[in-house]
Amino acid sequence: MDKTDMALLEILEEDARRSPEQIGVLLGVSAAEARARIEGLEAAGVIRGYTVLVDREHLEEETISALIEVKVQPERNRGFDAIAEQLYLFDEVKDCYLMSGAYDLMLIVEGKNIRAVSRFVSERLSILDNVQSCATHFILKRYKSDGVVFEKQPEDRRMVVSP
Amino acid sequence: MNIDALISDKVKSIQPSPIRRFFDLANAMEGTVSLGIGEPDFVTPWHIREAAMGSLRAGETAYTPNAGTPQLRQAVADYLYARFGLSYDPKTEIFITVGASEAIDLALRVLIDPGDEVLIPDPSYISYSPGALLAGGRSVALPTYAEDGFALRGDVLRQALTPRSKALVLPYPNNPTGGIMTRGQLSELAAVLEETDLPVISDEIYGELTYAGDHVSIAQLPGMKERTILISGFSKAFAMTGWRLGFVAADRRFVAQMLKVHQYVIMCASTMSQAAATEALNGLLKGEFDDVEKMRRAYDQRRRYIFDRLNGMGLRCFEPRGAFYIFPDITSTGLTSEQFAEALLKEERVAVVPGNAFGSRGEGFVRCSYAASLKNIEEAMNRMERFVKKRKG
Repeated sequence: MDKTDMALLEILEEDARRSPEQIGVLLGVSAAEARARIEGLEAAGVIRGYTVLVDREHLEEETISALIEVKVQPERNRGFDAIAEQLYLFDEVKDCYLMSGAYDLMLIVEGKNIRAVSRFVSERLSILDNVQSCATHFILKRYKSDGVVFEKQPEDRRMVVSP
Repeated sequence: MNIDALISDKVKSIQPSPIRRFFDLANAMEGTVSLGIGEPDFVTPWHIREAAMGSLRAGETAYTPNAGTPQLRQAVADYLYARFGLSYDPKTEIFITVGASEAIDLALRVLIDPGDEVLIPDPSYISYSPGALLAGGRSVALPTYAEDGFALRGDVLRQALTPRSKALVLPYPNNPTGGIMTRGQLSELAAVLEETDLPVISDEIYGELTYAGDHVSIAQLPGMKERTILISGFSKAFAMTGWRLGFVAADRRFVAQMLKVHQYVIMCASTMSQAAATEALNGLLKGEFDDVEKMRRAYDQRRRYIFDRLNGMGLRCFEPRGAFYIFPDITSTGLTSEQFAEALLKEERVAVVPGNAFGSRGEGFVRCSYAASLKNIEEAMNRMERFVKKRKG
């Protein structure tokens, strides 16, 4: 990983659809080199995939997300990893983090409606032996996600020509 | 009452900038993609804006000392030392101005007597020459050439020297060309300057924006610091144009005189802007924020892209190494700078600035600013390519 790789990641993080040709021009390297660097980052597992950032507000089909704090009992040999795996394998779980502080795991869970998320909590999560307690917070509005602000941004306020 | 007759001859002798006419033209058109803007497209980083609000909340609404707050002057001194190895005493050799613009005006007023000549590279930013005139002097254009990367050559400077030469304006990295002066090129100038007592007004407002090695200030060269009035500010590096804040670093004998004028004319720069700028510099110096570097990286990528596209459409152009401008040669289209800019605006709704606005050596060029989103630059280049193709047949 050198400075060019870091700059390349920054470009892809902003727009993953840029072609190796365009990226090459932006970074001052050949298209072949840009392609090779991308493949290298993919092979090394630095780039884990390419996805799309959807503003679900605009979808007809409603979904709801909740942030769930989970207190768990770690296992003797595997610590928190085993219980984390048991949780993140659920499709409903979009994010799973091990946390410092008052609780252990933080999940972001997505469901079609409040009932679906509630059922996930009561029927799948709470009943696990290692789960001691959990607190569910429903997400009311998403302002910013993965560095992208979802609110409409103000337009360019600069004068159209200036010295 | 004939008010026109009341206006001084000095002011009447100054022509309005041709940029003004382009602003009016472009402003009246819908759907214009502008590469005509001489300021960053980024908004001032949030932590800097926050610092200004903190200052307001704390009730810091009074004047500051004439020279600026001690905190900001100290931060400027720390910055100049960290960045260029230049030591200036924050108490007597640094003061804060309303933009680099005020600093340029003060430097000219303090140095120029009626009839004195101010040497100014051509093409250059539009305010030096009127500034020289208002100070009672006259400007002498020092031609610079695309084949030299628009750097100022020692022999050109030597040739222009007369007994009336009173100041050299050195505006690098350069608006509108994107040219820089390397240490070697500065040494060549220094060799000429050494034989004279010519002070240098070094406008380094784009000093943080270079793309091929770090900016070198002429004050860093042996023997040059004493004669150099170093002028810079926060507008370009920190995207703070609207805050109107610059600074001067120079020998205390220059500073004392400039400060005298500043104190009568301006009193002090805006208090909340100074709080913001203190945060900007300290954040940079402590390595807590890398917004300057991030913006620089973005400009650098756009620079490569726009250079590639302009060459691709057959417009010869020098690869800019600083600021955020590129200065393609448009003579192959058979149009003058103004014709090109006006037709491009009317036919394709792309705003650029005709090169002759920056001096007669700018004729045959247009200034494109790449302080615009990559998406807008892409769109502007597509339109410009269509336009150029049509002209070239």
